[in-house]
Amino acid sequence: MSDLLPYPPLDPTTYDLIIVGTGVPSSILAAGASSSGSSVLHLDPNPFYGSHFASLSLPDLTSFLNSNSLSPPPSNTHDFLSVDLVNRSLYSSVEISTFEPETLEQHSRTFNIDLCGPRAVFCADESINLMLKSGSNSYVEFKSVDASFVGDSSGELRNVPDSRGAIFKDKGLTLLEKNQLMKFFKLVQTHLASSSTEHDETAVKVMSEEDMESPFVEFLSKMRLPQKIKSIILYGIAMLDHDQDNTEETCEHVLKTKEGIDRLALYITSISRFSNAHGALMYPMYGQGELPQAFCRRAAVKGCVYVLRMPVTALLLDKASVRLASGQEIFSQKLVMDPCVNIGLESLSSLTDQQKETLRVLVPKETSSKEKIARGICIIRGSVKAEISNALVVFPPKSLFPEQLTAVRVLQLGSGLAVCPPDMHALYLSTVCGDDNQGKTAVLSAISTLIRPQVPEDLQTDSIAENDTAVTKPVVIWRALYVQELVKGEFGGEISSTSSPDGNLNYNEIVESAMKLYEQLMGNKELFKEETENTAEEDDGDGVEIED
Amino acid sequence: MHGRPRKAYKPEEEAASAAKAAKLRALQSQFMSNHHNKIYTKEAVDLSTKLLEINPEAYTAWNYRKLAVEDKLSRIESDPDLIKTILDEELRVVESALSQNFKSYGAWHHRKWVLSKGHSSVGNELQLLNKFQKLDTRNFHAWNYRRFVVELTKRSEQDELKYTDDMIGSDFSNYSAWHNRSVLLSSLLARKADGFLPNKKIPDEYKLVQNAIFTDEDDQSGWFYHLWLLDQTVNVETPLLTSSWPSHGSRISLYAGCSNGSFSKLTTFGSESGYFPLVLNFDQAVGGVSSSTVTIDTELKGNEDLVWEPVSKKNSHVSCVWVARLKYISSEPCFGKEYKVKVKIGNSPGIVSSRGCNFSASYEFVFTAHVHDTVEESSQEGIVSWTDGFDIWDAESKDLNALTTLDRSNAQMDSKWRQEAIAEEIDLFRELPDSKIGKLTLARLLMAKAMISDDAVKGVHYNEILELYKDLMALDSSHYQYYKDVHSVALLRKVTSSTEDLSGHLFRCRNMNNSVCLRLNNLSLSRIASVEKLLFVQMLDLSHNELHSTEGLGGMQLLSCLNLSHNRIRSFSALDSLRHLKQLRVLDVSHNHIGEHSVDTTRYLCSSPLFNSEWTQDEVGRQMPTLVTKYWDAYFVLRDLNLKQLDITGNVIAGDVFSSFVLRVVPKLVWLDGKKLEI
Repeated sequence: MSDLLPYPPLDPTTYDLIIVGTGVPSSILAAGASSSGSSVLHLDPNPFYGSHFASLSLPDLTSFLNSNSLSPPPSNTHDFLSVDLVNRSLYSSVEISTFEPETLEQHSRTFNIDLCGPRAVFCADESINLMLKSGSNSYVEFKSVDASFVGDSSGELRNVPDSRGAIFKDKGLTLLEKNQLMKFFKLVQTHLASSSTEHDETAVKVMSEEDMESPFVEFLSKMRLPQKIKSIILYGIAMLDHDQDNTEETCEHVLKTKEGIDRLALYITSISRFSNAHGALMYPMYGQGELPQAFCRRAAVKGCVYVLRMPVTALLLDKASVRLASGQEIFSQKLVMDPCVNIGLESLSSLTDQQKETLRVLVPKETSSKEKIARGICIIRGSVKAEISNALVVFPPKSLFPEQLTAVRVLQLGSGLAVCPPDMHALYLSTVCGDDNQGKTAVLSAISTLIRPQVPEDLQTDSIAENDTAVTKPVVIWRALYVQELVKGEFGGEISSTSSPDGNLNYNEIVESAMKLYEQLMGNKELFKEETENTAEEDDGDGVEIED
Repeated sequence: MHGRPRKAYKPEEEAASAAKAAKLRALQSQFMSNHHNKIYTKEAVDLSTKLLEINPEAYTAWNYRKLAVEDKLSRIESDPDLIKTILDEELRVVESALSQNFKSYGAWHHRKWVLSKGHSSVGNELQLLNKFQKLDTRNFHAWNYRRFVVELTKRSEQDELKYTDDMIGSDFSNYSAWHNRSVLLSSLLARKADGFLPNKKIPDEYKLVQNAIFTDEDDQSGWFYHLWLLDQTVNVETPLLTSSWPSHGSRISLYAGCSNGSFSKLTTFGSESGYFPLVLNFDQAVGGVSSSTVTIDTELKGNEDLVWEPVSKKNSHVSCVWVARLKYISSEPCFGKEYKVKVKIGNSPGIVSSRGCNFSASYEFVFTAHVHDTVEESSQEGIVSWTDGFDIWDAESKDLNALTTLDRSNAQMDSKWRQEAIAEEIDLFRELPDSKIGKLTLARLLMAKAMISDDAVKGVHYNEILELYKDLMALDSSHYQYYKDVHSVALLRKVTSSTEDLSGHLFRCRNMNNSVCLRLNNLSLSRIASVEKLLFVQMLDLSHNELHSTEGLGGMQLLSCLNLSHNRIRSFSALDSLRHLKQLRVLDVSHNHIGEHSVDTTRYLCSSPLFNSEWTQDEVGRQMPTLVTKYWDAYFVLRDLNLKQLDITGNVIAGDVFSSFVLRVVPKLVWLDGKKLEI
């Protein structure tokens, strides 16, 4: 770490806001605060943008997952008002396997692998609205996710019939199921249309208040939808994690009809939002790391100061300032920290209760959330579905094995998105879990359903001969498994923190909490209110240009 | 484009539009003067280009350009490069006009005209079309032009079928795509292209359209295609003989004398003229029935060169029903003998359906004619009463069976896949939750099943069909009359589907020497159907129904007494088909609506009587031209009938004037409105 020094000193040394970490929520705050005229210093200890939301090369990704503590060296001056900060890793059970090192070596620079995958955005997502509002959309190009499937242990992937045309073309549903599903969609659409024109007395009757408060799964049953379709709606469209059928066991995770309809609404409005997007989902070229970068660029345009490779080593409580790894002290009344930054144990013991209260956001807690998120990344040769490159696959609860408690989502992305070399795909998997083992078991089960196992040379011919379908399955070249802690952002007055990546497919909850934090920090100002109409869009062929 | 609301113009838009109109008018007048003076200079042609780019609907400008092109081409003779330049310029103008308004008839037509001049770059046309069809997938101009280009480029129908696959796949509510598909498939199936056998392809098409219908039953486009498929399943192109009178294997008794409803047996026929009708009923209208295409082999003398007449409107040469009159009383004594009559149809080609298909399989049938020497006691001076004295007919089912044979339509087509396909559809549509179109389709499918299957449970189907149509009448009042009509058809099919059903409607008329009467009264029929099963009927009661017309009755050549009282006949024109009934003596049209409506719409379909030289030359016409002009519709029907009894009370037209007119037109009339006429 000492080679990071010396740094040229920063000038000015006083800011309205200091943000540490360049993840999605931090970047939104930086862009928002800068555009509203605040002076912002945006720091990141890492040599890249994005923090836990970054897209990295395979070696960088590996070292980031493995770096348990990129802790800055303890401060030299131990005056009692200085509080040392430490980084702690959000990741546990990190397991990385390389099966074809030569292949990877050959293409080492062509990978942009997401840390927070699988992640995609709905066209009608709040994050997209925010990008349009802030003008950061001009820095990112999106492409559609071509298809989405629901899978099970048999390995068969069924299309998610998510639109009228998809239902018409679907091969897996019976005619009657098609009829029921379309009827249900129409009901939802009628409901949405009627709720948008509020004071219409007759329109409200489409769905009763009672229905809206009932569990979504019960409402689906009431609509006489068969199990197969319920499963598609719950996990393939509403993107739920937890098993909705055993409502008693997991009552905290039961989705109300109202929320379920909201999720369907998001999906339906996504499908028709941009004329050049085919489906509901899209993915940014060059990886998810482009999103925080886009907001950071926007912030920089508005005057935000950026310094990478610059950890904050200590808080100087009496001076309302932070000490950087360079030794410089920077002053600000407000500080927003990355979720992995904590107060060093040594400093903690010497704090008064009042100081602890000021610093409560940074005090290490007993695992604040029971839930974790197990993630997997596979670099594969071939595709999980012939002739389709970018696709979402969902394995609903119990579909892989009877004890599977939560849905496993899988996102396959191809070279068309500039995330991996041609002929290969990046496959992201995730599932919400209570403990590391449970999560990794589910992820591994999904992997083995989709991918041909790496077998020793001498056995390879046999296995191919015995099972023809195995031949079409992709081969894994590189694999990473890890479990990520879920940390919620907190507002703490002078010192606040942002959220870690969550277990969802999109950013809606993260964006929501960032917007809330922004309001708390800036005193009820609306995010990007000052932004005027964004200017010229570049036209880039077949990519999805998101525009108002 | 579809489904886009129109917006009202803002004031500034209106001003702009007014300015545009002024400019356009100036251009237009300049252009017209060029056109009239036949000026085809470059400047003049450019002016038309300008005009068309603003207003592609200026048809005259397109025609002017055609003249200009012809003019240029005539001067440059045969320089292929120059020709190409001239035609390319035309295509360019059309394209820019189309991008202004791609629904401009004139522009599309001009493009066709240019291509027909032998322009070589037809390959580009499909690309241009793809562009326009992407903009609006249902644009029928583009689809029409597409068919034109496809024909010109000899693009294969299979490729075009694939194109409809894609278009339907991207959005199945596309009438144009479904329609084009039906056109292409018809052609491919008709010429038996490789892999296009109806028994394979039609079931596949059902699968496709089921997906559309079940996904969104509110979208009509799929239903239209389904209806077309059903038609392909049920109907065969080649015309078939469905029935005849006398029927195959029957034995008829022929008497000399009048047939005033005085025959107690179904197979007895008598006529003063000594002729009996031979009736052929086909499943579709055919032409070309003649003594060379239908040959008669019999010992009955004087039938060597029969004249076959179509039972149809005047001057039409096609009909479902054809009649020839066979002579059974000749100068030689022939009474008390039995004669075999052998009829061969289609031995030599010539019987062709109106769609151009040949009656292919030749067919032969035989019947026996027993000519009686005793003249039947004629009671023709008595009045025929419909009111009472009807006894249930003691079923001589043997007789009846003989009358309703020849249901051969099944035997001739490969019906297995058709039955299977329809049975599958029925099962499927029973599952589809209630909807109007679902009910209607189910009813049509059941009807189709009843038509092409010969199982004994037909009656069960008919009851279900009748229920469905009843439901529909209640559900969908705006199409009430349609449902009513098909309900009537189904009811008549049911009545005629078996001898048991039919005999329930047969009665003996006590007052009339126990002659047999078919009573289809009080059934709220609005249409006549299944006449082919009723060719033998001589006395028919259709009173107390809701009939608007007698269409179809023309085939019942033996009919001598007909009761149409208490129906909804509005004019004598609606009785036009009765003109073919040479045996008809008794007609009751009392209590209808004749004369109630002064404007008769069918009047305009007929040639006006005032321009018809026929009537001015005949006697009645000369004697009372005013009445003939006034009652021309009655005149045309009644003068061709040989009525002895007529009832017209209860109609607006009835009255002394009309009565006196009737007496002149029908001189042989004995009973008018229940009163014997003093002669």
